[in-house]
Formats: sequence, structure tokens, C-alpha cells
Amino acid sequence: MKHFSAARLLREAVRGQSGWTEHWRSPDRPAPAYDAVIVGAGGHGLATAYYLAKQHGITRVAVLEKGWLGGGNTGRNTTIIRSNYLMAESAALYDHAVKLWEGLSRELNYNVMFSPRGVMMLAHTVHDVQVAKRHVYANQLAGIDNDWLSPAQAQAYCPPLRLDAGMRYPVLGAALQRRGGTARHDAVAWGYARAASALGVDIVQNCEVTGIRRDASGAICGVDTTRGAVSARRVGVVAAGHTSVVMAQAGVRMPIESYPLQALVSEPVKPCFPCVVMSNTIHAYISQSDKGELVIGAGTDAYTSYSQQGGLHIATHTLDAICELFPQFRRMRMLRNWGGIVDVTPDRSPIIGKTPVPGLYVNCGWGTGGFKATPGSGHVFAHTMAHDAPHPINAPFALDRFRTGQLIDEAAAAAVAH
Amino acid sequence: MSLRFSFDGRSYLGEPGDTLASALLANGVRLLGRSFKYHRPRGLLAAGSEEPNALVEVDRGYGARTPNLRATQVEVYDGLVARSQNRFPSLGFDLQAVNDLAAPLLSAGFYYKTFMAPRGAWAKLYEPLIRRAAGLGRAPDVADPDHYASRYAHCDVLVIGSGPAGLAAAVAASAGGARVILCDEQPRFGGSLLADRSARIDGLAAPDWVAAQVGVLASRPEVTLLTRTTAFGWYPDNMVGLAQRLTDHLPEPDPTLPRERLWQVRAKQVVIAAGAIERPLVFPGNDRPGVMLADAARTFAVRYNAAPGQRAVIATTSDTAYRAALDLQACGVEVALIADARLRADGPLPAAARAAGIRVETGMRVLATRGRRGIRVAIMGRIDLDGRVRNREWVRCSLLGMSGGWTPSLHLFSQSRGELRFDPASETFLPGASAAAERSAGSCRGVHGLDDALADGAMAGSAAAHDSGFDAALPAPCHVEGAAQAGWTSPVPARRKQRRAFVDFQNDVTSKDLLLATQEGFHSIEHVKRYTTTGMATDQGKTSNMNALSIVAAELGRPVPAVGLTTFRPPYTPVTFGTLAGYSRGVLFDPVRTTPVHGWAAAHKAVFEDVGLWKRARYFPRGDEDMHQAVARECRTVRSAVGLFDASTLGKIEIIGADAAEFMNRMYVNAWTKLAPGRCRYGLMLGENGFLMDDGVAGRLAPDRFHVTTTTGGAPRVLAQMEDYLQTEWPELQVWLTSVTEQWAVLAVQGPRARDVLAPLVDGMDIEAAAMPHMSVAVGSIVGVPMRLFRVSFTGELGFEVNVPAGHAQAVWEAVHARVEALGGCVYGTEAMHVLRAEKGYIIVGQESDGTATLGDLGLGWAIAKAKRDFVGKRSLDRADMTAVGRRQLVGLLTADPACVLDEGAQLTEAAAAPVGTRSLGHVTSSYGEATLGHSIALAMLADGRARLGETVYAQRPEGAMPVRVVDPVFLDPKGVRLNA
Repeated sequence: MKHFSAARLLREAVRGQSGWTEHWRSPDRPAPAYDAVIVGAGGHGLATAYYLAKQHGITRVAVLEKGWLGGGNTGRNTTIIRSNYLMAESAALYDHAVKLWEGLSRELNYNVMFSPRGVMMLAHTVHDVQVAKRHVYANQLAGIDNDWLSPAQAQAYCPPLRLDAGMRYPVLGAALQRRGGTARHDAVAWGYARAASALGVDIVQNCEVTGIRRDASGAICGVDTTRGAVSARRVGVVAAGHTSVVMAQAGVRMPIESYPLQALVSEPVKPCFPCVVMSNTIHAYISQSDKGELVIGAGTDAYTSYSQQGGLHIATHTLDAICELFPQFRRMRMLRNWGGIVDVTPDRSPIIGKTPVPGLYVNCGWGTGGFKATPGSGHVFAHTMAHDAPHPINAPFALDRFRTGQLIDEAAAAAVAH
Repeated sequence: MSLRFSFDGRSYLGEPGDTLASALLANGVRLLGRSFKYHRPRGLLAAGSEEPNALVEVDRGYGARTPNLRATQVEVYDGLVARSQNRFPSLGFDLQAVNDLAAPLLSAGFYYKTFMAPRGAWAKLYEPLIRRAAGLGRAPDVADPDHYASRYAHCDVLVIGSGPAGLAAAVAASAGGARVILCDEQPRFGGSLLADRSARIDGLAAPDWVAAQVGVLASRPEVTLLTRTTAFGWYPDNMVGLAQRLTDHLPEPDPTLPRERLWQVRAKQVVIAAGAIERPLVFPGNDRPGVMLADAARTFAVRYNAAPGQRAVIATTSDTAYRAALDLQACGVEVALIADARLRADGPLPAAARAAGIRVETGMRVLATRGRRGIRVAIMGRIDLDGRVRNREWVRCSLLGMSGGWTPSLHLFSQSRGELRFDPASETFLPGASAAAERSAGSCRGVHGLDDALADGAMAGSAAAHDSGFDAALPAPCHVEGAAQAGWTSPVPARRKQRRAFVDFQNDVTSKDLLLATQEGFHSIEHVKRYTTTGMATDQGKTSNMNALSIVAAELGRPVPAVGLTTFRPPYTPVTFGTLAGYSRGVLFDPVRTTPVHGWAAAHKAVFEDVGLWKRARYFPRGDEDMHQAVARECRTVRSAVGLFDASTLGKIEIIGADAAEFMNRMYVNAWTKLAPGRCRYGLMLGENGFLMDDGVAGRLAPDRFHVTTTTGGAPRVLAQMEDYLQTEWPELQVWLTSVTEQWAVLAVQGPRARDVLAPLVDGMDIEAAAMPHMSVAVGSIVGVPMRLFRVSFTGELGFEVNVPAGHAQAVWEAVHARVEALGGCVYGTEAMHVLRAEKGYIIVGQESDGTATLGDLGLGWAIAKAKRDFVGKRSLDRADMTAVGRRQLVGLLTADPACVLDEGAQLTEAAAAPVGTRSLGHVTSSYGEATLGHSIALAMLADGRARLGETVYAQRPEGAMPVRVVDPVFLDPKGVRLNA
């Protein structure tokens, strides 16, 4: 892997860019055998492969991808990064990720443009204030930055915020995580792919896993793909919305429902929005990309589906909320609107760990918020696959919690209104 | 009548029908914008919505400023004020054009390779610089003064596009009476026919034929004609979104009119006649002002009478540009040369061009252009098979019209999930198998000649009408003259190794960037798009995607379909947020729900809080009382005398049917079978996961009838869960559910004198304790109004809840209030209600419980009817963790300092010192200042709380830890003496 740097950019500028080489190797087909196979070349899968190779010395790794790498939710999300979760387990997981985000560009030698511009979550009702303060206090105790701001402080941090009297949903305050922010989603996938490839990981695109093989003892012994069979004793499934489909090949039923989730961007404009603002009460979140587009997240359809096409009313409902909060953006225009398939667990928290099948591991269920966890998720999942035992951080996120009842239900903890 | 408008502060004249683009062109203005990255001077490339370069800001001056509009779509009106964007200090002299000199440094994806050191510098140093350089126009900064409309429509046939195919389709489809909607993004119907000066259809000049057809359509009552209306997206089940622009073209729009309207059209059948977009040629200097699409040049000259140049060179790979050359010549433009990259050009149009005396050279291409801020010279030449240039020739010109063939507009077809089919002959994708009830017609499916397009449209319209159930005879074919058949031949691919040539004009993506991306291993077109940003500008790659794809495919040596096509995403052209939001604004964004006594409360100076959609009276301050003083007074009054509270927002569901009790047994944890009519029970409902979901009192009015209450916020959720089970799991149960939240107003009368308040009002009912004990319900009347009277309490006092029909609530309220006042009572709000119930240790769902709390955690395990075979959530209760040690349990807290009021949400710890990472034992769920007990109180969820009664833990506060004693959550009257009075 040739090092990226300003000096190298300058050198290549002079010699007509002839020295740049491919960011990752693109083998046509997988080798016959690997020490570990990852199913799914999204951010989480690629990060897993990278940390397997980098931290655990397992370099005979294949990442098998049905389509093109980073083409699923990694390239479709609204790039928000934060760790101000209420539950200690979640906060630990996401803060692990934030700490990795902070050094990720240097770690990968790929500018993933992590930008801690602050994530501000608005409170509009007395109940919102109670919930937000509970988050703030819990985070502060856990050492995770999260501050309670008065309406005026919130507006000072985010000047486009309006505090007009008589708004349908007035801003009563906000919780601000300053270390939160955004990153360039594609670069995350590409950076991990490049770094993993350089360590020997094979990333095979257009290679769909069609079967999961188990030996006489029931343990994993390989996978069948559209580009040939592969033997491996460890298989990690990181297939997001299609995890249920892949896991069914190993006879494992997953407690997951898949929904289309939409997002949209406006046309690019000059800088007008400094941070990330979220409002759970009126279902809106918004930030501005480096290119200048307002990036806006919409909701999921009410129906389960594998179609990456949501209903128009879902997108318009989100714009209702954005225009209500920021009436100055009413004349902005929607440039692109798209959907992705999110995999939702019963407690809305991910599943990261072992499965009933020896040698089969699963990392899924990130629902609407997986991007922010990418480095942390890959890091602890690699640990789990390397040691056949979870990292302390992902131990609570085991599949069997739905049997024991030890749920990690952020949404329930935050969203029940009285 | 000329129209006066301004661009960048200079005043110009335009003509009615002009776009800003055509009017500026007619005024000799060729520089309209700067590109995104290199700030290269740019003129018009196109004449329609595919224009990538000429983006402007239009300012109406009253806060109605819109960035990023295409000059080709902005209609000129008298007084129009437009400005160029993304340049400093001026369009003519833009300092950021220095970027162009640094272009080798700014190659595709350069920003992924640098700006990484030192740690943190990206966000602090580099990113702010990049952000300032990026972006196009300026976002509006004041609230939009305009308003927007939306409507839904159903039709038999929706026809999208009104060129020859679309018009013919609409006429054919509507002939048998079908409801037809015809929409077109332009201000006038006709599409390409508006720029056709030679064709005659059925003996009429093209624009006259258009007028005649529009006349026919307008005379048919079932036809809806929508101009300035873009079909921007296709959604499931033949729902098409249309954005209609209503006032932007008017000099002084009526302020009561909406600016734009969203149509959500559910169409039985759709005819897509979206046309085709001409493809630019890729050569060095192809972005100089004056280089434009050949057909755009023709459109400006013919339709707008705006000469795009004095002396033209036409460079083409197909026949249609010959039509442009002929029309330009006829409009007075000198056509110096037609350079056809093909080796032969023998069709009728090339023949006509030669006959008109135009020099035609085959095998010739554009090698480069020259000129400052506009083309002055086109350097032409022939290229050998071995790549050597021969016959180099400099041709002086002010217009270079280029045509690389036509790209059918597949956006909507693709969004409808239709399959795309690659046609190698034309190097285009065409519609393949349909997935929705739609059909394409005309040039969007590769049918290009005028007579063919008319016939294709008529056939499609007629078939669509037939498929939606109407008689549809195919109309007689049109007789077309003068529209020489344009030959359709393969575009000649761009040269691979060449100097920088632009592919995506707006985003400044060059052929070199695309080659670099492939060199760096980005082989999927989706990767190339994201790495180079080609096709991601505000034109969404309308003029660039196919060129990018061809270049990448050629470089990889793969067939085009193997490289793939990027997904077509809505919208077709950008859609105003306000249009999508429509009427949703203020109270129409979310309805405000008010109770029948809201007006009375407002008149009595209530301070309201939002609870869900409801406005609830939080407290009723008297004089200059603050909230705490008012609440304390209200609480004391309830405890000492009586209080009146509006509980109308409580959800209410009437459950009726022979199996009503069985249904209640299954939905709630409690036992209902033996509950006698006239009695009530505190019902607890779990989610499937076994955690508390909602609570409320249910009264049994009759063996087959329950009156169930829910929490205010939980009402829809509870009814949904009930209906879900009833409809999907137990359809055999004879049970009917009706939401009656809005039908019954609820007046809570609470306090030792509650019975005295009601006794004289309740029309002869016996409400003494013997006849109406705690947790009973009776039907009767109050001051002559029908009533369901519940004896229940959420305060710990003797209490009644008077349910009366909402329409009579105000009268009953006033009668009851008069009695309350007479007995020394007062009205109280939600805040006092919260305090009173907390003193009694009653939970609020969503405050004490949060969706992770079991009934055991909340001290409510007693309610579970252990003998019941099943109820929702029962199975989950067997999970090990539901009864594990260490669960957080409901307790009361007393602060060491009785005046100290803890913050709700405050964390509880074992020790006063709480270094980072200290384990939380739980949190304060409710906390209130002194009201009736002489000290503050708090409720909390605390790990193993019930085992800790009497212990001291610490509540963490910003100002320091506060020691708190763990106590029973019932602070008042644990025996219930007051309650049962």
C-alpha cells in the first residue's frame, strides 16, 4: 500500500497521476480456503476484516460481497456519529467507536473526514426535557460528554435554530455532545478496504454467498458462493438488512425485521448549518455535508420490506418537520432521496457475537444507527471471531439476550411518552 | 411588450416567453456561471432542465430568495432580479479560478489522501476551508414568506411529457372518456415541437398543431392539463409525485396563492413520454461558453429567437445535429462547418445540409477549443487508427454545437422498477420489461422520428386507456411532412488518452478523473460515481452519466452493461422542500388537541404544557404566584378540601361483545372474569417483551361491556395493540373496540369534600361509600347530563371521575366548579396531579417506568393474575433476567436537606464521590418540592431498591452529591384511609 500524503499528491500532480495504484486488490474469485470469511463488505464487515488482520494476526481472510463494497447502508446513511446513549452497555459500545473515529484517518491513512461538529438533540416538551436530562446525567457519570443547554445556549451553538414564541414545537433546551459529528461514509468503507487489502485480506465483490456449510459435528466448515466454494472454520455474517436471509442458510432464525429507511439531501449551498441537530419528538435530523448539501434523515416505512424504495409520505413527513423547525429552509430543494434496508431487533440494539452454530458469528441489528458504530463494531467483532469469545464491550449484545430477557432497549427507555 | 429584468445588477430586456437563459443569450451574455470546483467560466450547455452550468439565484426581495435555479427554467417577468453564484468578487473575475491552475493537485478523490495530519486538523483547519469553497448558492436565511399546497388525485391515465408522443398519447387516451392527466415541466405544452420550424403535421405547422391538440384536450372535461409540472418521482403502486410551479413566473403574484403544489397522483396507467436528452461530446475545452448542445442551440434560435452565436461549427456523431445546423442557418447563423465523427453521413438530413451549401466533413472531430470566457476557435482534425492527428484545422466560431447522440430519459421508468435493456446499436439503455402499469412512448424508448413518435404515443395512449377499462380506438395516423427522418447511428466513443475534457460539467469531473478512478481500482460505476462525484451534481448526471459510463467501460475493456448503471433516484429535478411539506405548517404540522374545557382553562389563566398532541393545563396561577407556589396551593387545597381537574385527555376505549371479558383477560395481566358489573380495576398492560406498556382503570359497565382508560400518550398505541391482536391472533373473539377518547370529557373531583361537591348534582344517585365504594362505576346523570361516574383516585384522596359527553362538558364543569369553589376547593393542573400521585407512590407510565421496567420492578407484581393461562407478555416473564437480582426497583427518596429538590434524571451512586466510570445505581424518576408533606420528595428506580430501604445513597448533581435516604415510595396514607373515606 502506497502511503497517501500531501507530498505524494504533489509528486503525482507533477507526473500526471501515473503512480497511483488500486486502493484495494479485486480478486476475481475467492481462494479455496481462508482462516475466516466475512459475509458482507459494508463498513462493519470491512472493519472486522481489518482488525482481524491488524490486531489478531489473522490475515487469511476473505470478505465476500454480493454487490459492490460499501454499497449498502454504509453508503446510504446520514453519517451521524455520537455516543450519548442512555444505557451503559450502549454508551460503552458507541463511545468505543467514537474513540476509534477520532484517530481513524491516521490509522487507515485515508481521510475519512471525521468531523466532531457536535450533535445536538432538541427537547420540545416537559417530558423531552426529563428524558434528555436523564441522558445527560447518565452520560456524565459514565464519562461521556453530553451537556444540557438552555434554549439560548442551543441557539448560540446552532444559529439557524429558531426560538420564536408560538412555534408548534418550541425548543425548551437541548443535549449536546460536542465530540459527536459526521464522517464521509464512502471513505470509511474504502479506507478499511484499502488497509485490509494491504494486510492480505481478499475482498471479493459480486460474489454472493449461496450456502453455509457445516460439518458432521454441526460446526462451520465453509461457504458456497456464486464464485466457487470456500472452506473456512470461522464465518462472520455482517449482512445488515439481509442478515436473516444469510443466516437462514445455516439454519439460524434471527430476531430481525427489515424495513426501508429513507434519507435525502438538498442541493448544495454555502455553509449555513454548523452541527448535527436531531429531534426525536418530531422525527427530524439534519446536518450539512462538506459539499454543502443539507443531509436529512427520514423514517422507516410501517411495513417490512426488502425494497430499497420507501413511500413518498415518509420523506414528506420528515420535510414537514425540517421546515417546521427551520422555516428558512422551506425554499431549499430536495436533490436526491433514497432508501436502504435496515435490520431491526426487538430491543433496537445490535446483535454482536456468537451463534448456536460453532464457528458462525453474527453482527447485525444496527437498525437505523449502525454507521456511527462502524470502527467499534468491527473492532469488537474481530475480537469475538479471533477468540471465539466476545470482547467485554459486546458481551451484553449477545443473541441469547432475547432468551434471557437481558435486553438493551434504548428506544423504550427514551421514547415512552406518558 | 418587453420585460425588464436584471442579472448581476445589470438591466436587460427580454420578451414574453423567454427564459432567463434565452433572454441573456439574446442580450449577448454568454458567461452565466462558474463551475463547482475549478470555477471555470461557464455558459449554457442546454436549453432545458438538464442544464448543468447556468445556476442562478432569484431574489423577489421579501425574503423569497431561491438559490441554484437553472437559468433555462427561470421564466423572465418584468422586474426579475437574478444573480450568479459561487464567485468572488464577480462572475467575470473570480479569484477562486486559481483552483483551475492547481487542477493536477485536485484530481479525483484528492481529499481522501491528505489533510490527515496532525490529528484533529481536519475538523479545525482543512474542513472549514473546504466547506467555504464548496456549496453553490446561498441558503435562504429568513423564513419563507410563501406558502405551498398539495393535493391527491386519481386518474385512469397519467401522461408525463407533452412532446409529440405525449400529446398524441393524451389525445388518444382521453378519446373514450378516461380521466387523463397530462403534465409537462415546461410553461407550454409541445416539447420539441416548440422548436420545430419545418415539420407540418396534418397540414399544420408544428406549434399550430400543438395548439390544436391542446384545444382538443381542453375541451374534454375528464382531462386535467398541468404545465410547469414536473413528474419527479415514482412510488409504489403507480403513485407518481408531481411538482407544479404556480407563481414563480408572475411579476406580482397574488400573495394568497400558493407558490407551488404537490400532486400525489395514483394512476391506473401511466404513459411516460419524457423524451431524450442530447449527449455532449467529450473533448478538451468542451466547457467553454459558446460550446453547447446542438439541439439547445437550435431551440434558442428557433423557439426563443435568441441567436446562440454568429458563426457556428457543428460537431456530431449522428444525424440530428444536421437539423440543428439547417435551422440555425435558417435563423441567420452562419454555419461554417459540420464535422461528423462518423466516416459516412448519407442520410436525408446530411444531404439536405450539403444541398443548403453547408460544408460537411466526415471523420472529423473537435480536438480542442480556444477563447477567453467564450469560444473563438474550434481546432478540428481527423484521427488515424494509430491515434495520429491529420488535417488539423482552426475554425473561427462563436458557437460550437455538439451532439453525441441522444440519451432516453429513463428516470421514471427505472424508478418504477422496470428493467433496463442496453441497446448496443445506439449505445443507450432503453426500457425493457415493465414492473408497473406503465408504458413508455416516443424518444424515451428510442423511437425518435416525428411520425414514429406520434404513432408510438397514440398507440401507447390508446392501450393505456384500454387497460384502464375504456374503449380506445386508435386515432388515424398523423400526416407528417418536412421532418426528415433522423438516422440513428452509434455514437463514436471519446478518445481515451487526451487532455482534460469535461464529462460532468457542474461537478468539474473530467475524463482524466474517470480514468484515474479506474486506475485506482474503482470499477463499479457506483464506485466511480462516488469517488469522482460524476453524476452527483444538481443535474444528477442527465448530460454526463452515459458519457462517464462509456469512458469507464472502454477503459476497463468491458461492455457497458457489465460496468452497470447508477441507480436513478428521485426527484427528476430538485423539488422545493416547501412543496413536499405542503400545508404542513404550524398547527397543521401537528394538530393541537384541546379538551372541551380548554377555553375555560385558558380564560382562567392556565399555563399549558404539551403532552403528545394535547394541550394540558399545567397549573392555574393566582395573582403573581410562580409555578411552585401555585402547585403547592393546588396540592394543599386538594388534600384539605377538594380540587377539580380536567382528565379528558385520558385515552378511552369501549370494549363491547360477548367475549369482552376474555379479551380483557388476554390483553391485561389482571383477572377480569369475576369483576362484577359496576366495579373497576386498575389494569396493567404489557408489551410482548413483558415490560409495562400502559396502565389505566377499566370499569365493567355490563357483562359484555368495559369502559377502559389508558394514559394520555398511550391511547393510540394501546388501541393499535388491541386491534392487532384482535384482528390477527384472535379473530374468533366476539369483541368490538371503539375509541371514545374524544366522546367523553372527564372531570376529576378529588379531595375529602369530593362527595359533598357531587352529591347535590348527581340527580338522585346514591354516591355514599356503601353504595359507591372506591373502584366502582355507575351510570346516571349529572345536572341532567348523562354520566358515567367512576369512583377512582389518582391523588390518594376520596375521588370521583365524572365522564360526560364532550358537548356538555363545559356546562357540567361550570356547575361542578361552582360547588368546588363553594366548598373551598380549586381547580388544579397536571403538575399538582403529578405531585399528589407521587406523594401516594402512584407511577406514571413513561416517567417511573420506561419500557424496561417489569411490574415487579414497579412494585405492581400483585396485579398479575397468576392463574390465567395466558396474556400478552406472559411468556416473556419467564425469562431469567426478568426477576434477576440487581434489577432497578421503585423506591422513594428523601433528601438530607428537605428543601433540596433533585433534578429528574439525576443518577444515584453508592458513594458521594463519583469519579468517571462510577456505576450508576439508578436514577431519579420524579422529584417535587415541598407541597403538603413539609419536605421535598422524589421517586427513583434503584438497583435492588426494596432491599435498600433505610439506606443512604447519593444523588449526583452538578453542584455536588446529595445524600438521600431510601424509603417506601408511598409517602402518604399507606393504609388508604383517605382513599376509602
